[in-house]
Amino acid sequence: MMSDTKPARMKNAGVLALKDLTLLNIREFEDSVTGSLSAGGRLCALFGMPYRLGNSIMPSADVITLVAAIGHGREGVIEVAATEVKDSYPALTRHLPQANCFEREIAEQWGVRPAGHPWFKPLRFHRCYRPGRDAWTRPLDGEILPCVTDFFRVEGDEIHEVAVGPVHAGIIEPGHFRFQCHGERVFHLEIALGYQHRGVERAVTKGPDKRTLHYMETLAGDTTVGHATAYCQVIEALSGMDVPARAEDIRAVALELERCANHTGDLGALAADVGFLPTSSYCGALRGDFLNMTALICGNRFGRGLARPGGVSFDMDGSRGDDLVERLERTFRGVKGAAELLWETPSVMARFEDTGRLSKRMCRELGVVGMAARASGVEMDVRSEFPFGAYRISRPPVRTWFSGDVYARARVRWMEIEASYEFIRQRIRGLSKGPVMTDAPLEPSPDSMVVSLVEGWRGEICHVAITDQDGRFARYKVVDPSFHNWMGLQMALRDQQISDFPLCNKSFNLSYCGHDL
Amino acid sequence: MIRAIAERVRQGKRTISFPKGTPVVPDRLRGLPVIDQARCTPGCSRCVDVCPTGAIGLVGQKVSVDIGKCLFCLDCVAACPGGAIGFSQDFRLASGSREALVYSGGEFRPACALEERTRRILGRSLKLREISAGGCNACEADVNVLGTTVFDLGRFGIQFVASPRHADGILVTGPVTANMRFAVMDTYHAAPPPRIVIAVGACAISGGPYIDHKEVSNGVDALLPVDLYIPGCPPHPLTILDGLLRLLGRL
Ligand code: SF4
Repeated sequence: MMSDTKPARMKNAGVLALKDLTLLNIREFEDSVTGSLSAGGRLCALFGMPYRLGNSIMPSADVITLVAAIGHGREGVIEVAATEVKDSYPALTRHLPQANCFEREIAEQWGVRPAGHPWFKPLRFHRCYRPGRDAWTRPLDGEILPCVTDFFRVEGDEIHEVAVGPVHAGIIEPGHFRFQCHGERVFHLEIALGYQHRGVERAVTKGPDKRTLHYMETLAGDTTVGHATAYCQVIEALSGMDVPARAEDIRAVALELERCANHTGDLGALAADVGFLPTSSYCGALRGDFLNMTALICGNRFGRGLARPGGVSFDMDGSRGDDLVERLERTFRGVKGAAELLWETPSVMARFEDTGRLSKRMCRELGVVGMAARASGVEMDVRSEFPFGAYRISRPPVRTWFSGDVYARARVRWMEIEASYEFIRQRIRGLSKGPVMTDAPLEPSPDSMVVSLVEGWRGEICHVAITDQDGRFARYKVVDPSFHNWMGLQMALRDQQISDFPLCNKSFNLSYCGHDL
Repeated sequence: MIRAIAERVRQGKRTISFPKGTPVVPDRLRGLPVIDQARCTPGCSRCVDVCPTGAIGLVGQKVSVDIGKCLFCLDCVAACPGGAIGFSQDFRLASGSREALVYSGGEFRPACALEERTRRILGRSLKLREISAGGCNACEADVNVLGTTVFDLGRFGIQFVASPRHADGILVTGPVTANMRFAVMDTYHAAPPPRIVIAVGACAISGGPYIDHKEVSNGVDALLPVDLYIPGCPPHPLTILDGLLRLLGRL
């Protein structure tokens, strides 16, 4: 072991014994990550933990082990590599923009400085998890105030700065936006978050326990099914549980309902942002119809309480499936009508087209995921690249568009609703028979690692668990798709009118709480 | 244009008749707990052990559920050998008093109305500023839903406004993180009195899933006096609407 300089390879939700996790020196680590990314890989996760690898992992006060997970969609393989750092190491972000937020997070959590990081700022504004340290050498007894930090500034005649938030005009989550403008034109937008930080990753360590699943269901409330499924896959892999096929079917149905609900809500919100009220008001109600279908399955509109390690807690008994399909067909007809109105209305299209363009190249460079990447022509989707659960048997086709603008992000949403609609109907008609929960015990194996990927409605959800010698979480890393995509939104706003910000923002509709954890 | 009108006709009327009519709720909805004290097994405390937020109290053999902490997750129902705890479909959960949320069966007294004087100031309108302060954004989503054609909040004179200066009070979701404390207080003070405070969701009432984290306050009432608590994780939109109407003395 450990003499190898090749990263270990794993499958989605496969288990790796920690002794097989290749420990590289920092040079080899940088080369390996750089090589993997230039070979078409994407950084799914990069994080630190206060442990040293070995036959069994050991807590460590001065060494932080960095772990990188890189997804290779074409082969459906995830490469993992690790290295050890102390107080500082050469930042990967110097060459790899994808690492930007990950390295700022590592610095904030563990007090390790990525030297040469081009935009080295806190991410969530909290104290370092290792007492007595601070990567920015801020006073250790002072308070850390959110978003009190430097911001990128453009200087010059007639340049002005617009600051917005944390409390916004609508009922939305808190965040702080700084626009550098020349007249109406935005030169640069910088987004600072952290207001929603509630310490979930810290609290999940040493689990799983009675709260863990509830943390997972509330990482991002609109992605309850997505995150809960990713977590269940972690536990099931670690415990070697076989999940009944029927449970996997029901999870997939709920995941697609979640996608339909959010995409429909977003189509409505996009319509509202250009002042087109018909689609906006229809979609508001239709989104609720999808949520109510989820409630038909499990009693909760967001899917709380449905996915559980080992299966699902609610069966589709009796006429529930027929009822669901009937409602689905009715709602789908409504969404179709509402969406078509958008494409047929010139005043809507004039606002959608060519607004907030994000190029395919930029997406790849920044590691943008999911629907936003597909709208820029990047063909990526966990459901087909790293199939999990019911998607191993069948999956909706990957939908892309080429233009990367607000229109593309609206269009891809609609195409995905169409695809999910067909998929749900098929899955319910061919629902596997049998139980919905395994009776295998929940016993996470010690000294192991799992990377679990799920295609949530925004994009790739990545959970990584590393267990200690007792099978408890030494580290549980959550990467919400928004974590990758916030940077995409900032780039999409360059050279746009500031008045188009709400529209661009909605077209991404990213999660603040999923980012802030 | 004709297409748009045809579509309007096809989409139909969506507004529910609540509060006049009784709304249809999902059969698996988890509303007010049902507690059958007689079924509690002496010496057993399994519900208390499994509850993720410490919502269950057991004094002697008397079981109570603090619905201000409850995530309505069914973990206790699965753990209880005697079937002493269950959930009904009763969505009326809001209350003006924090103590009233500790429920041990029997009659539940839903929200009490604001005092006459305050209601006279408000007249027939209530303008609220929403503050999202550290939850999972599901509560916000179900507050937002009240603005759709299904619930049509405007018909009750209730509206969410963009500025606290235009608001009669604030509606808070989330446990109030350390990073949001300042903004919550600022927004509150920017609103003119009587400054009603409404806490929506387990987070805003007690900290919810994040109860006792050092990164959060355990709910809004750690900072401000609360006039109305609306339990749930998240509360069903009907629970929120019912609470708001009761606060205004309309139910
Ligand atoms: S109470 Fe529950 S649903 Fe509401 S914000 Fe908190 S975690 Fe989310």
